[in-house]
Amino acid sequence: MQRYNVVRLIREGLSGHKGWQPAWRKAEPKPSYDAVIIGGGGHGLATAYYLAKLHGMTNIAVVEKGWIGGGNSGRNTTIIRSNYLYDASAALYNHALTLWKDLSRELNYNIMMSHRGVLNLAHDEGEARQLKRRVEANRLNGVQAEWLEAKEVKAFCPPISVAADARYPVIGATLQRDGGVNRHDAVVWGFARAASDMGVDIIEQCEVTGIDTDKDVITGVRTTRGTIATEKVACVTAGHTSVIAGMLGLRLPIESHPLQALVSEPLKPVLPCVVMSNAVHVYMSQSSKGELVIGAGIDPYLSYTQRGSFDIIEHQMAALIELFPFVSRVRMMRQWGGIVDVCPDASPIISKTPVKGFYVDGGWGTGGWKATPGSGHALADLVANDEPNAIAAPFTLERFVTGNLVAEHGAAAVAH
Amino acid sequence: MFVISCPYCGARDQSEFSYGGEAHIARPEWREDMSDAEWADFVFMRSNPKGVLAERWVHSAGCRRFFNMLRNTATDEILAVYKIGERAPEVQAKLPATPCGEAPIGSGNDAVKVMQPGEAE
Ligand SMILES: Cc1cc2nc3c(=O)[nH]c(=O)nc-3n(C[C@H](O)[C@H](O)[C@H](O)COP(=O)(O)OP(=O)(O)OC[C@H]3O[C@@H](n4cnc5c(N)ncnc54)[C@H](O)[C@@H]3O)c2cc1C
Ligand SMILES: [Zn+2]
Repeated sequence: MQRYNVVRLIREGLSGHKGWQPAWRKAEPKPSYDAVIIGGGGHGLATAYYLAKLHGMTNIAVVEKGWIGGGNSGRNTTIIRSNYLYDASAALYNHALTLWKDLSRELNYNIMMSHRGVLNLAHDEGEARQLKRRVEANRLNGVQAEWLEAKEVKAFCPPISVAADARYPVIGATLQRDGGVNRHDAVVWGFARAASDMGVDIIEQCEVTGIDTDKDVITGVRTTRGTIATEKVACVTAGHTSVIAGMLGLRLPIESHPLQALVSEPLKPVLPCVVMSNAVHVYMSQSSKGELVIGAGIDPYLSYTQRGSFDIIEHQMAALIELFPFVSRVRMMRQWGGIVDVCPDASPIISKTPVKGFYVDGGWGTGGWKATPGSGHALADLVANDEPNAIAAPFTLERFVTGNLVAEHGAAAVAH
Repeated sequence: MFVISCPYCGARDQSEFSYGGEAHIARPEWREDMSDAEWADFVFMRSNPKGVLAERWVHSAGCRRFFNMLRNTATDEILAVYKIGERAPEVQAKLPATPCGEAPIGSGNDAVKVMQPGEAE
């Protein structure tokens, strides 16, 4: 692998940038692999990377129906935080946050990780009490968290309106200082490059159309580019998780919803942090290019169309202008949607299944980006050892039968 | 965004309606030997098809009545509207060529469309 560093940059600059090599190999499918990962999003590629790096499994493939990172990984608003309420979630998301901190160096790829802080606003006394409780729960779990009064919120994030007569008065906020945002494509490409370098085949334009089994044991996958034999299949397909599981006759507690986002024209730096509001259902950050990146809640109905309804945009923009009056004069440039796989308890599934060798990593819903390296790390462990590690253990499929849910809905209503 | 034809009020904007989830999920008859897995299937498991889905809607800002609808979740095309208690009618839907593929029209994601063998790059 060609390492990226300042010496190489200068040398390439002087020689007309003719010596750069492709970051990863475009592989053709081989007849068989030790494991096949379905889905070339951040989670699938991170899984491949950790399987190769930590478990020595390099004869593996990632198959992707479109291009890598073309799903939710390329459509999300990249908010990263770990201030969930329950111990199991704190362990999972904080593990991911720890991995994010060193990922640029580890992958030798600048993922533009910016720990600029995430504010979660409180608009009434009830919400303030609930958020303060969460701060305490976070601290007990070693998650960085603090409570800011309205004046401190204004000092930390000057463009926000804390007027007492506002439609949604800001009476305080929680702050996770090491939360932030990063660059989605760079994460996808960085994992792909490092995995490919260790021998992982990344196969694009290859859709899995069926899964072969023999007496409930995985034997291979059928794809639009031929059949591949394998004993282990990991389904990491976000919105399409139910469709893939359905190929094996498995029913999952997942429903797929459109989730949309939009960005403004680029502005000079105006917003120093990420601001989220559960009660008014909107959140905003500013990208390094200067665009305001804005999101809200899911569309209520099931759909795979990767669009969204206009009334959701209308609702979120109305709320946003109340919170940030200056936004009323900003033009919006693009809007898009992704398909998020929502679990009834708003927590993911990292699990074995009744079919031996078939693993599911899904149900991340509206908030899986922040978990990308942690999810890949835990799933790689599960695929290699056929047993969940301590972090993955609470997130099994069985929890919907035993009732042992990780009910984060209340703690993370807008969960991005 | 849809225009939904309420069987009682006629065509109205989708924002007048609320979603009621998958239709025709019947609560199991109580039995002494009912397993946790059977309950889990009723409470949590959903078919979530990429294709024809029978679903409930309620006209919350109108007549406030529930009704059922058949919709193609790959394109959002509404295929039929029918009343609670009625059987779902037979319908034809334009489905994607492959299980996770994108439909020829109505997909918001033409760029990720899978190349079929022989299709030009
Ligand atoms: C608008 C929006 C905003 C969001 N904002 C945030 C946020 O701020 N913070 C946060 O933490 N999370 C956020 N999320 C959620 C986050 O994007 C996802 O949870 C996460 O990216 C999922 O990663 P993934 O790799 O599992 O999925 P994806 O990136 O969707 O990858 C799955 C891949 O599987 C492929 N695939 C599907 N079917 C097949 C098949 N049959 N064969 C082969 N390949 C197949 C797809 O093409 C896709 O590339 C947001 C999501 C959206 C849509
Ligand atoms: Zn009506």
